[in-house]
Amino acid sequence: MTFNDYLLLFCGMGAVTYLPRSLPLLYLAHKKLPQGLVDWLGLIPVSILSALLAPLLFCENTQRSLHFGKPEFLVAIPTLAFALKTRSLGGTVLVGMLLYWLASYVL
Amino acid sequence: MDQTVTPPQKTLRQGAAAAWPICLGYFPIGLALGVLAQQAGLPWWAVLMMSVLVFAGSAQFICVAMLVAGASTPAIIFTTFVVNLRHTLMSSALAVYLSGVKRSFLAFFAYGITDESFAVNMTRFRTGNWDRNRALVTNQLANIVWIIATVTGALLGQFVPQGAFGIDFALTAMFICLLVFQLRGRIYLLTGLLAAIISVSWYLLIPGDSYIVGASICAATGGYLLQVRKRRVNDV
Repeated sequence: MTFNDYLLLFCGMGAVTYLPRSLPLLYLAHKKLPQGLVDWLGLIPVSILSALLAPLLFCENTQRSLHFGKPEFLVAIPTLAFALKTRSLGGTVLVGMLLYWLASYVL
Repeated sequence: MDQTVTPPQKTLRQGAAAAWPICLGYFPIGLALGVLAQQAGLPWWAVLMMSVLVFAGSAQFICVAMLVAGASTPAIIFTTFVVNLRHTLMSSALAVYLSGVKRSFLAFFAYGITDESFAVNMTRFRTGNWDRNRALVTNQLANIVWIIATVTGALLGQFVPQGAFGIDFALTAMFICLLVFQLRGRIYLLTGLLAAIISVSWYLLIPGDSYIVGASICAATGGYLLQVRKRRVNDV
């Protein structure tokens, strides 16, 4: 591919990435939002995080099958406990990495 | 939120403090993307161009895979669009905390909305001790690290050992902690559980990446209806 081929591809990808990120913000930030919508949007972060996480912990991604003993899941339990106890984002990331690293030797 | 003027150094420092867990997670993933792109035949400057213009991890991985498979430019752009539709929800949720802010700022801010920066910023906004400038610093630092990591990967990534120091788990651990921050009542816990169940089922049954948007909308709606019903019961 030439420079121009790449430029065209990435500009196209950039546009379809940027528009969903910007249009709702540009539109909604200057509107008085109905309380129902605000309440609904307040539940979006927990929903998205949970929807992103659950398949990572419980599913095999190559065959898309359910799998309960994944190292990711086993490590997630003490990581969750640490997060609940300390409420430290950086600490949780480091502890999670350490445990996952150790698990790769043990499991 | 903006009544007191925060000195720029403090804004930078606090934005950086919020960004470092994201950066820690982005670095290995960015390296991996750079390596894959290099193996797929992309020159380093193309990787740089992609990370600057697109800045969307999963879409960039899919792009590299599709280029290897010989997909056409329109097909890759369309797939990117579908994969990134979930950001519509995040952008909408952020609007609650950025209401009335200048459009030029919003247009710049929107560029840096990713799963990770969204979750970190929402958590901080909710506690109240956060403003748009700090949020912007967080977004942009994550972006810079992402660009550096992907280009580094393209240039010398083949020398980095796979899975060193459990670094593959960094973002998962971050999501776990951010989820904990979000669980501030029964309704949130129920919504989260609902999202997990729907997401896993959707992921298993329907190919593609629609499970994130699908499960989020369903779970938030379910949680919202529960909330409304509970309020109505309490009012009677």
